[in-house]
Amino acid sequence: MSLRLEPRDNASVGLKLGVSLAAGLIALLLVAIPVLFAGGSPLNAYGLMLQGAFGSMFALSETLNRATPLILTGLACAVAFRAKLWNIGAEGQLYIGALAAVCVGSGLLQLPPALMIPTVMIAGFLAGGLMMVIPTIIKQRFGADEVVITLLLNFVVILFIQMLIEGVLKDPMALGWPQSVPLIAEAKLPKLLPRLRMHWGLIVGLVAALILWLMVRKTVLGFEIRAVGENKAAARFAGIPVDATMLKVALISGGLAGLAGVGEVAGVKGYLSSDLSPGFGYSGIVVAMLAGLSPIGTVIAAVFVAAVFVGADSMSRATGISSYIADLVVALSLLCVLVGSFFLRFRVKFERRQVEA
Amino acid sequence: MTDAPVLLSLQNITKRFGPLIANNAISLDLHRGEILALLGENGAGKTTLMNILFGHYVQDEGDVCVLGDDGALATLPPGSPGAALKAGIGMVHQHFALAENLTGLANIRLGTEPLLSFGRESAARAKVRKIITESGLDVDLDRRVADLTVGEKQRIEILKALYRDAKVLILDEPTAVLTPQEAEGLFVVLRRLAENGLGVIFISHKLGEVLSVSHRILVLRAGTKAGELVTAQADRRAIADLMVGKTVAEVVRVPAAPGKILLEFDNVSLQSGGRQALSRVNLQLRAGEVVGLAGVSGNGQSGIAALISGLAVPNSGAMRLYGQDVTRASPRDLVNAGVARMPEDRQHDGVVGTMSVADNIAIEDVRSPAFSKMGLLDRKAMRERATAAIAGYDVRCPGPDAEARLLSGGNVQKLILARVLERDPRVILANQPTRGLDVGAQAEVHRRILAARDRGAAVLVISEDLDELFALADRFLVAHAGEVSDAGPSDGLDRGTIGLMMAGQARPPVGIAS
Repeated sequence: MSLRLEPRDNASVGLKLGVSLAAGLIALLLVAIPVLFAGGSPLNAYGLMLQGAFGSMFALSETLNRATPLILTGLACAVAFRAKLWNIGAEGQLYIGALAAVCVGSGLLQLPPALMIPTVMIAGFLAGGLMMVIPTIIKQRFGADEVVITLLLNFVVILFIQMLIEGVLKDPMALGWPQSVPLIAEAKLPKLLPRLRMHWGLIVGLVAALILWLMVRKTVLGFEIRAVGENKAAARFAGIPVDATMLKVALISGGLAGLAGVGEVAGVKGYLSSDLSPGFGYSGIVVAMLAGLSPIGTVIAAVFVAAVFVGADSMSRATGISSYIADLVVALSLLCVLVGSFFLRFRVKFERRQVEA
Repeated sequence: MTDAPVLLSLQNITKRFGPLIANNAISLDLHRGEILALLGENGAGKTTLMNILFGHYVQDEGDVCVLGDDGALATLPPGSPGAALKAGIGMVHQHFALAENLTGLANIRLGTEPLLSFGRESAARAKVRKIITESGLDVDLDRRVADLTVGEKQRIEILKALYRDAKVLILDEPTAVLTPQEAEGLFVVLRRLAENGLGVIFISHKLGEVLSVSHRILVLRAGTKAGELVTAQADRRAIADLMVGKTVAEVVRVPAAPGKILLEFDNVSLQSGGRQALSRVNLQLRAGEVVGLAGVSGNGQSGIAALISGLAVPNSGAMRLYGQDVTRASPRDLVNAGVARMPEDRQHDGVVGTMSVADNIAIEDVRSPAFSKMGLLDRKAMRERATAAIAGYDVRCPGPDAEARLLSGGNVQKLILARVLERDPRVILANQPTRGLDVGAQAEVHRRILAARDRGAAVLVISEDLDELFALADRFLVAHAGEVSDAGPSDGLDRGTIGLMMAGQARPPVGIAS
């Protein structure tokens, strides 16, 4: 027997889905090993995780609630990575978006909800977008690496937020807790269903995914983003304004991450604190990679990652196995998807060596 | 020649890539001491056939048989380069497979010995020396490959094959990277190797060299064997017709009728990468005239191309299009003003490989009403334009939705021609328009350029191929060290004068105004 690799011309959609699914399954198989070591039964643990993530209306709501910011940060990364703009700063953009929501929505403006909510969202989008546009301009003007700038800005932003919520934005009614003044009721995103935490941010995320999907396929902007991302030299030669296109991508990418922050403040917490996001911005990178940078795939990947975390929490409470197992599942899925992408580029053939007659 | 034993025999080799049949039941025999030329246009299936022979690809049908030590032909297992090497097949690829940081000798030995082998170097050196004496492949074995010239690297590649006791040597487009003198040297070596009993397969699309070096010619066309002939009895014209499948019309250039100035450089200087790329260049392109820019590569041609493409802004001087200042115009401004540009590096700058043929044809015009309305792409219009372009310009590809990276170099150039010429441009920049193209495609590109000129376009052809410039240009410019001098009308101009000007030795003829 011998094994051969042949490059593929094109990978079909079915194959891409199959590889992603296989990657997820293999990750679950691998995680079974540490679960066994922890003294649990993998089947039981995964059953409990599934139940914890999707087993009841409450569980489903928690999963989708968790998926909401991941969809938006995932899209933020996916759209930027497609254009080869390496936005590692979704975390910081999320916080800036949340900050903008608090600035606009905590009493400065008094509008009915139908106007207030869009205003808060636009403020968050623009603030987040600006957080990505600035590093992009610095990259274009001075050649500074956007990976470094956006990554480091995350820490700058979080410290800045801490300063504000300990200072001018501090809520005097919060019994000394470092949190901002709350949003007014008109600025809050309505819940999707009574008594469940799921909110309209989820719809925003789904619509954003749909718009991005249409944008990539159907619009001139999407065409130009693809051209710039896939061959910058040819795009420039053909007259596509490369820098302007990159700035548009930066605005969209940062803006989507900013919307994730708006959703968390206006849909879940009601105020800004420095623990608003448990790393949604970084997880967005994983979500985008799991999705192969496809907008629709990002929604699926975000729900998967959210389900793993929510399910693992619930499983951990029932079995005593550490909920860190969730990080393991997500990390191994990512590795498996990266390995799987190899099979999208190459066809593996097994064949019998022909024996000479 | 044919009484010599058969070294290698390909029997009914068929290979398909999806709907494309790259090789259709091709058979060939190679005899000892014979140089067989495999001739064909780009995309005719030459390289595919050799990749099957060497085991890089697995054929769908057919067998590769090699003469064994027992004197009988044995079938090679398909898809095994190791087996091909062992059977004595050596291949020199177009793109060399050498470790740049090792010496020539180390590269030759690489992969032939166990990882830990001490004291074998002298034996290896002696063997290589012997091969060098027999073949005339003289090269310094102790210099790092990175420091060798392209021609020397190629010698190392050939030595590598001979060191492994190759009985059959395959060379894929070996002269593409060589100067004429180096190519002549290679032919001498190949003749000598053949006299010593080696079988050589020489892949090329250049008729002249095939006629001068080979004993027998096998012509491939669109994946099938179009003909097989003995070189001594072959006629140049007949072979060209076999290659392209139809009579190649010689491109005839009627005298130009230059009109008014369309594009003008006024004392343009350009700095690029910290050095003076252009200094005080004046040039004028007139309607209905082809201007040829000759020069050794790197003497300012790319600067002129970058300016006309809108990719650079001069440090001083002005550029005017139809009398209007376009010194700081963007690529899109120039495209919209009717400037057609063919890039020098068409794979890198000309197409986005992962986007479709249709996308690449529309790419300069996505914002125009022809292909989009209110920011939404008109996919139907794009596909229709692409379908028409594929038919009109004979772009060989599976269809408008195929990714551009799957196209061969010649077909990428046809795609670019379709993209820029269908807009009915008034100024055309053709930078190395036929580099790497075969005879048929070359004639097609030339015909299109001259047709555009006859419609009244002003054309600047930048080329390192003087034959091409003499075929196309009405007037010559010569670039040397960032300066451009006017050599006057091409009629009555001789190559010697151009050559001297390219070397910067002669003054331009006095009294010829542009």
